[in-house]
Amino acid sequence: MPKPLYLDFEQPVAELEGRIEELRHLSGDDPGGVTVAEEVARLKTRMEKQIRLIYGRLTPWQRTQVARHPERPHCLNYINGLIENFTPLAGDRIFGEDTAITGGLGRFRGRSVMVLGHEKGHDTESRVHHAFGMPRPEGYRKAERLMRLADHFKLPVITLIDTAGAYPDIEAEARGQARAIACCLETCLDLRVPFISVIIGEGGSGGALALAAANTVLMLENAVYSVISPEGCAAALWPSGGQVQMAAEALRLTATDLLALGVVDAIVPEPLGGAHRTPAEAIANVETALNNALRELTTLEGGILRARRREKFLRMGREPWEP
Amino acid sequence: MNWLTNYVRPKILQLVRPRDESENLWVKCPQCGHMIFHKDLKRTFRVCSYCNHHLRLSARMRLAMLFDDNGFTCIELPQTDPDPLKFRDMKRYVDRLREAQNQTGEHDAIIVAHGTMGGIPVVVAVFNVEFLRGSMGTAVGEGLVAAAELAILQEAPLVVVPAASGLRMQEGVLSLMQMARTTIAVDKVKEKGLPFLVVLTNPTLGGVAGSFAMLGDIVLAEPGAMIGFSGTRVVEQTMHEKVPEDFQRAEYLLSHGMLDMVVPRSQLRDVLLKLVKLLRYPLPPGEVIDLLSRTELPPLFENPPVPSSSPSVSPEQPEAV
Ligand SMILES: [Zn+2]
Repeated sequence: MPKPLYLDFEQPVAELEGRIEELRHLSGDDPGGVTVAEEVARLKTRMEKQIRLIYGRLTPWQRTQVARHPERPHCLNYINGLIENFTPLAGDRIFGEDTAITGGLGRFRGRSVMVLGHEKGHDTESRVHHAFGMPRPEGYRKAERLMRLADHFKLPVITLIDTAGAYPDIEAEARGQARAIACCLETCLDLRVPFISVIIGEGGSGGALALAAANTVLMLENAVYSVISPEGCAAALWPSGGQVQMAAEALRLTATDLLALGVVDAIVPEPLGGAHRTPAEAIANVETALNNALRELTTLEGGILRARRREKFLRMGREPWEP
Repeated sequence: MNWLTNYVRPKILQLVRPRDESENLWVKCPQCGHMIFHKDLKRTFRVCSYCNHHLRLSARMRLAMLFDDNGFTCIELPQTDPDPLKFRDMKRYVDRLREAQNQTGEHDAIIVAHGTMGGIPVVVAVFNVEFLRGSMGTAVGEGLVAAAELAILQEAPLVVVPAASGLRMQEGVLSLMQMARTTIAVDKVKEKGLPFLVVLTNPTLGGVAGSFAMLGDIVLAEPGAMIGFSGTRVVEQTMHEKVPEDFQRAEYLLSHGMLDMVVPRSQLRDVLLKLVKLLRYPLPPGEVIDLLSRTELPPLFENPPVPSSSPSVSPEQPEAV
């Protein structure tokens, strides 16, 4: 098993887990090691307590790091775990195929759906292949095309949001990044089918919202969603530097804050120690939440789905907010 | 119903069978040069087992490959004026046409059939590239219109498999008009919410590519298929340089955003069937359509709109990777 990757604030957990591994190694040589087993059990309890302690008081900046954890389940992990008969579809029919956004037809619990999302990749090769989950205009145009296709065939749309943002390069701008995002967003708000978004990791600004203006926006417990990254915000507003933690706090980018703000509709709990510790459990929790949301939305007629979605976004920010 | 009974009369044009390749026991793969035994080639639906090259597949073999074992029914296509322009080049067009009919045993460059795929009714229109290079004239256009109408009548998905060098020059501007007519035909299918699936095969060029063939809800292509609007030669003459080896190939189109998938022939039926099932049977087993239970719509504005007093947000910065 490859060594798990620990964030710096997870160091106490790393130490305990290291000692547990060592002891397990020992007991392998000594099958009569009852005391070793006892010690392992004791350490495990301590470790769980430690995780609970750390994850019970994550700062927004720590949560941002969890949301970006490289071992966190990504779009394709959810698709593989939840969607049967997944049939990927490609291309914007204009310029290219952008693998930063992956999408296609498939079945969620027997029901045909269009599922799409930002894919970040899981190793160097796949990260480069998926452009780190940062789409160019052709990605948004593909997303728009697939959502229109779903609308045409009256299939629910599920989007999985996980991006640092839209790809910021000359090519993307020359090909109309802004227009592509605008049109994709307009399409989100025009669909006459059930539309659910799940913020699974990073919800990076317009590049995320372009796929996330949904009837029901679910957000994983340790995901973040914001107008700008804490780093970007700190650089812009604290020119003296080093204030990324304060920026993360000020931005109110955590799931609980966004739920209170009415920007997300429900929080999907993560397994103890974050989705990266037990991906299967995170995926199962998303399945339950998706199923509940879908069950509610599939009873509604298309025009109502569209009107309610628009009304929800129009209402945002109008009511007073208690942090 | 009258047009249907007219169109779906059993096909009688098969009195003359096309030349059969199986008389040549060995076929040379045009790509790798290997000699392939004709029975092996038939078994793989004419895919070279050495280099995976997809050789030309006749329209009827294609239909046999796509439909269920219980077969399919070809519909008789509407009669069109065989030579509307009284066209003549080195030969009279009517003679060319008759020659092609005798050679292939087909009426024109398209065959329209209906049957089941995995038990689901589908209408399939396949181009016959051996008939005047698969070119599209009035008869082909009429065939696609008939295929679309049949799909609508049967509430069946429409699958079209083009293989065409382009428009049929000998029917002049009337061929050109088939681009508009076939576009209307497939749009009718789409308006009904029925899937319109396209499988681009080698070659799909010119006005065929520039109309219905690129309008599929989902567009698939066979590996290596040549697909494009302008011919390679014309492009090279314009640019005064050679085009890259993969230019206008299916894989090139995929990476340029023009296709959903490049599907090997061996998987084509399965992929089509999966798509047809996903699009035609979207609900979980046992669930009835539940969109009828409409809910009352609440008023759009609960509170009258007020000027936004939200804190100003800094201009958005591009974010680092
Ligand atoms: Zn070969």
